Amino acid sequence: MSNIPPAVEQPGHHEPGITDAENSIELIEIAGLSQGQIVRKRFFRHRGALVAMFVLAFVILLAFTSVGFQFGTWKTGGWWQYTWNIAVAIENGGRPTLSLFPFAIGNHPFGQDEVGRDIFAVVMRGTQQSLMIMVIVGAIATIIGTVVGAISGYYRSWPDSVLMRFTDVVITIPVIVIGAVLGRRFGGFGAPVLAVILGLVLWTGLARLVRGEFLSLREREFVDAARVAGARDRRIIFRHILPNAVGVIIVNSTLLMASAILIETGLSFLGYGVQAPDTSLGKIISENQVAFSTRPWLFWWPGMFIITIALCINFIGDGLRDAFDPRQRRMPTDRALARANRVGGGATPAPVPAGSANLSDAATKVTRPGSGTIGSDR
Amino acid sequence: MRRLIASIFIFLAATYLMYNLVALSGDPLQDLRDSSAPNKQQLIDARIKLLDLNVPPFLRYFLWIGGVLGFRGKGFFDLGVTVQNQPVNILLQQAIGSTLQLVTIASVIAIILGLVVGITTALRQYSGYDYGVTFLSFLFFSLPIFWVAVLLKQYVAIGFNDFLGDPQIVPWIIPICAVIAGLIWMSIIPAKSLTRRVITFAIAAAATAAVLVYMDLSDWFSYPHIGIVGVALSLVGAAFGVTAISTGLKNRRALRASLIVAVIGIAVWYPFLNFTTGLPFWGWVGLAVVTVAVSFGVGWLLGGDDKMPVARTAAIVGFIAGAVISVDRFMQVWDDYANSGRIKGRPIATIGSSTPGLEGSMWVHGIDLFTHLLLPTLALILISFATYTRYSRASLLEVMNQDYIRTARAKGLTERTVVVRHAFRNALIPIATIVAFDIGGIIGGAVITERVFGWTGMGALFQNGLDHVDPNPVMAFFLVTGSLAILFNLIADLVYAGLDPRIRVS
Repeated sequence: MSNIPPAVEQPGHHEPGITDAENSIELIEIAGLSQGQIVRKRFFRHRGALVAMFVLAFVILLAFTSVGFQFGTWKTGGWWQYTWNIAVAIENGGRPTLSLFPFAIGNHPFGQDEVGRDIFAVVMRGTQQSLMIMVIVGAIATIIGTVVGAISGYYRSWPDSVLMRFTDVVITIPVIVIGAVLGRRFGGFGAPVLAVILGLVLWTGLARLVRGEFLSLREREFVDAARVAGARDRRIIFRHILPNAVGVIIVNSTLLMASAILIETGLSFLGYGVQAPDTSLGKIISENQVAFSTRPWLFWWPGMFIITIALCINFIGDGLRDAFDPRQRRMPTDRALARANRVGGGATPAPVPAGSANLSDAATKVTRPGSGTIGSDR
Repeated sequence: MRRLIASIFIFLAATYLMYNLVALSGDPLQDLRDSSAPNKQQLIDARIKLLDLNVPPFLRYFLWIGGVLGFRGKGFFDLGVTVQNQPVNILLQQAIGSTLQLVTIASVIAIILGLVVGITTALRQYSGYDYGVTFLSFLFFSLPIFWVAVLLKQYVAIGFNDFLGDPQIVPWIIPICAVIAGLIWMSIIPAKSLTRRVITFAIAAAATAAVLVYMDLSDWFSYPHIGIVGVALSLVGAAFGVTAISTGLKNRRALRASLIVAVIGIAVWYPFLNFTTGLPFWGWVGLAVVTVAVSFGVGWLLGGDDKMPVARTAAIVGFIAGAVISVDRFMQVWDDYANSGRIKGRPIATIGSSTPGLEGSMWVHGIDLFTHLLLPTLALILISFATYTRYSRASLLEVMNQDYIRTARAKGLTERTVVVRHAFRNALIPIATIVAFDIGGIIGGAVITERVFGWTGMGALFQNGLDHVDPNPVMAFFLVTGSLAILFNLIADLVYAGLDPRIRVS
């Protein structure tokens, strides 16, 4: 249930209050660009998403280079002096040595736990695990959701009823509940298996959205044209419909990843997620919540990393939605508008209806739906 | 009706899936196999017999569902026994109350808050308030609920209890709060000129500072109260506010009716506070109904030609009046509660769903419920609140761009009518879907929250069952939560029909 059908984003092509000046700015901006270029351009204009992307890249780099990466027996080293599974002598009562004034990293920037493991190394390992789970869950859920949604939306009739009833059955069970049941069975096999299992649970919302998108796209003229021209179903689906639905899919799989990381940490917290000796951010918090009054740093840092990752992904998702939404027009600044007015020989400014200034403001400006679909299952 | 039947069948299929998943999630005899008891084999046999473990899960489900439907001779809705041979029905009865309370209260508050904040941000699009709320809701989305819960436990509960030990507001807190409140109000209230903004800021900041100083001087945190002045101010304010939103202040009849209701509320304040010690819970509910009915009647009598809007306005004001006075009544017992032998001056609870062995009137139990529900509800609300805020904002913005809103404006309707009558109602339609959909998320969150706060509710039932690979308690949990989800979906359908005349309930 990580995705909610974007009921609020019905197609509405009328945008009252868009003046010629605003239109012309928009047209100049996208003249001669391909779809991908427009999307990229719009995405990079979303400041929050851009910052979030850099922060996320930094976190990923930090997590994977610092303590190295281990997959089965294959292992790389990292530049950090400690590893997550080896305890060393406790210094300074295990307190964090990181300080900003004066800036110093020290031996154990995030402190140590009661047996002496370096928390920085532990948190980095947990971050790796959580990130990896997130990516796998995102990939699997996106693939299943897209396939199920595409088949039921495109073929309708009986495949649609069968698949959608099945989706309804899965959707009836709260994600955390079915995740816990499956996690209990498969959590012990390691984080990747857990991720696959979570991916098998989380696809339902996306399937519904993709189905809706396919249902409306298959009735469009260009699909009829392709069919008349003799294209087979496979070609219509992959070459004609899918590229038009890709915005919905990308945006929602991003947001799905944000909820995946929260669900994984929640399950690990309940004890049905990643199992010892491996660790994840949720598990670190779960292990240390009783020690909060004595060693709060065991608690703060993993939580901070969960929030940072989830926040970054949510912002990137928001930026992507703004970039992909064809109705989306960025509000030109007053200065840009004035310039366009000068250039265009003084096109009429946006009419301001009488009444409360702010209300008319909201109505005149272009909708900028802040949220279509954001996962909210914890 | 067809949808209801379809959803019941889907729910049955989901229970089948769930039952098998739980039954196959591990070995139910694990703890016995590992034990070193001399009568190990006997114990294993006994458990197999108790739980029909020799029947494979995909068939055992039908034994279970037969029990639920009353075919196994143990009466209707028999949920079987747990591994320890306790009847699940009794466990469920113990667990269900606290969890349903938590989930329902959290959902209702989150919906109301989310709607209000979402709609105000949509009406003040691109203001500082809008950006602030947007950022906050993104932050709330990204919070792991268990992390928030532990933080709340540490800082809100323990910190606030420490504060209550010596309730003195540190002097520098007051100006900071005042400035923050001023900034918030300044960005919410529309103002065309800088002077108006500054005036708004000054009034809000001064009012906040005055209230805080008063609280500090009167030792408010030890003896909380609203008092006759507070009640009078809030009721008259509510009368004006509700009228302004519901019918507009130009409707003099509505304003008069709400003011009369407010005056009645102020008049019953004293008797209510002093003669309701032995009032049972149902008496209180009855009084609430009577209050709303009386206010409705006042509105009806004064309504003139168009009775319904006036009566509705008066009823809402009556409801608010009842709530304010009741809150004051609850506050009256706060001191007794906080210093009673069971509480020992640390009222905000971090563990459990009620204080064991607490005796007292309904009011004392109400306070007890409040102190226990406060933190888990906060933790649950934060996240759903973020969802609802974003959706109601997006939904209202979408609606405000529609042609019919322009038409409504063009024919000269007031801004209030356009927003409340035309835009708000239509914006509610998509929100109803999301609320019904989100209930599963809230229940999932409740499992985690209950664990953090040590409640022995449905979450514990679920977790214990799952830990012992025992489908019966898990299924009891799922039956309740699943029916809740279906119920909310049904309510959403009815709400649709109420909001949009084109949709009919078949």
